[in-house]
Amino acid sequence: MSEIFGTLFVYLAYPFVRYALVVGVLIALCSSLLGVTLVLKRFSFIGDGLSHVAFGAMAIAAVLNVSNEMLLVLPITVICAVLLLRTGQNAKIKGDAAIAMISVGALAIGYLLMNLFSTSTNLSGDVCSTLFGSTSILTLTKAEVWLCAVLSVLVVAMFVFFYNKIFSVTFDESFARATGMNAGAYNLIIAVIIAVIIVLAMNLVGSLLISALIIFPALSAMRVFKSFRAVTICSATLSVVCALLGMLISVLAGTPVGSTIVAADMAAFGIFYLIGLGGTK
Amino acid sequence: MALITCENLKLGYESMVVIDDLSFSVNKGDYLCIVGENGSGKSTLMKTLLGLHSPISGSISMDEGLVQQEIGYLPQQTVVQKDFPATVWEIVLSGCQSRCGMRPFYNKTERKLAMKNIVRMGLCELKKRCYRDLSGGQQQRVLLARALSATQTVLLLDEPVSGLDPKVTADMYSLISDLNKKDGITIIMISHDINSAIKYASHILHIGDKIFFGTKDEYINNNIGFTGENAL
Ligand SMILES: Nc1ncnc2c1ncn2[C@@H]1O[C@H](COP(=O)(O)OP(=O)(O)OP(=O)(O)O)[C@@H](O)[C@H]1O
Ligand SMILES: [Mg+2]
Repeated sequence: MSEIFGTLFVYLAYPFVRYALVVGVLIALCSSLLGVTLVLKRFSFIGDGLSHVAFGAMAIAAVLNVSNEMLLVLPITVICAVLLLRTGQNAKIKGDAAIAMISVGALAIGYLLMNLFSTSTNLSGDVCSTLFGSTSILTLTKAEVWLCAVLSVLVVAMFVFFYNKIFSVTFDESFARATGMNAGAYNLIIAVIIAVIIVLAMNLVGSLLISALIIFPALSAMRVFKSFRAVTICSATLSVVCALLGMLISVLAGTPVGSTIVAADMAAFGIFYLIGLGGTK
Repeated sequence: MALITCENLKLGYESMVVIDDLSFSVNKGDYLCIVGENGSGKSTLMKTLLGLHSPISGSISMDEGLVQQEIGYLPQQTVVQKDFPATVWEIVLSGCQSRCGMRPFYNKTERKLAMKNIVRMGLCELKKRCYRDLSGGQQQRVLLARALSATQTVLLLDEPVSGLDPKVTADMYSLISDLNKKDGITIIMISHDINSAIKYASHILHIGDKIFFGTKDEYINNNIGFTGENAL
């Protein structure tokens, strides 16, 4: 046991490991907040689609040799979030189909661009780390850490500020509209927050695993808790604990960060599922 | 003084017209029942009154004192999500949302109001319970309490008793009637139950091939809507 802690302290002496832990915890916290809304509003498709868009944007950033990729990926993803929301509300074009088109298209174009223009010698490694996260969390620069931190704090603040409005719009949108709320504006805010979260989470787990990071904690918490507030608090806590655990295990055992965190989230889901079963009896 | 006045309304979806040339008005303290066959456009009319849907032509004018924020609404089907984790308290409180404007949190007055409506609907024991674990009748009462949190003026109810057993239905009707008589809340209700409509309402709006609008007595004398019963 003490041996494990010894190794841990050795690792923690490196600043990049500490950065990774701080950023990881912040991202995990953000990504869990909108999980319930995403699941229940059927926005999870948008979440999935956006993560693929973010991958495409990442490829473009790599090709253009942008130094801080997030500065390019963030606006593209936010714009796509707004567009997807618009098409989703348009009854004539089937929302799901539009999302599927955009997301698969972004994946294909992204890979194509990387293949054609990339100067890197390790192409498949690059693609793999964009999709699955792998080591990228450990290579964050100080500037990226700050950007992540600022964005995370912003997301949490927005969520707290709009908490009651998000509840109303998620629970019953037509009632919210009928009583004079500007539901469209709040949907837009939710979509933008989701886009920011996805760009953030891409650093932690890569674009393919983002949905897991967003949805698993919420689903786990919904198994056990009965109120919106309790579910929100529980899923945030759960997400942070799982991310921390996943990162530590991955540092010690040398496993890929993203998939280790998601595995931890899945294990937590299993436990909460069993607790939920016991609770209803 | 009319609270809501509709003139020559034409309602429908895209090219399909559902209701044509509908005029009526609702005064403060009225209890208006909207009756008509399935698909005759009752819910469409209600959505138009709520501003969720826009009329093809014609006009709806609201009394100056009445703003959207003062309307309470009980939807036909509970379109709310089945798995939504929320307690009765959280849902009733969310009815106060329209009073908040940009303010992020509820204040004391709004909490008190929500509590009052929970008591009024007899939901005290259920306050901490999860909405999805309640029976249909209990859910309906929760949504009515939420609608009451949103309004002191007008309540629009789309088939509030569908799927409820006879006893709960009677309770629901007398609750609504009390709100109308004791609290002076204007009621606009869609119903398929013509007998109860006649028993409680002050005005009736019949939508269908023939449109009728008038007081309850006029309706009884006029005999529209009774064709079904006379045949029996
Ligand atoms: N979103 C929609 N798009 C197109 N047509 C619609 C839509 N909603 C309703 N309709 C049509 O409009 C007509 C009126 O529907 P509405 O829901 O207003 O009927 P209703 O009187 O409330 O019926 P019920 O008693 O079954 O509730 C129906 O013919 C229906 O098919
Ligand atoms: Mg209807």
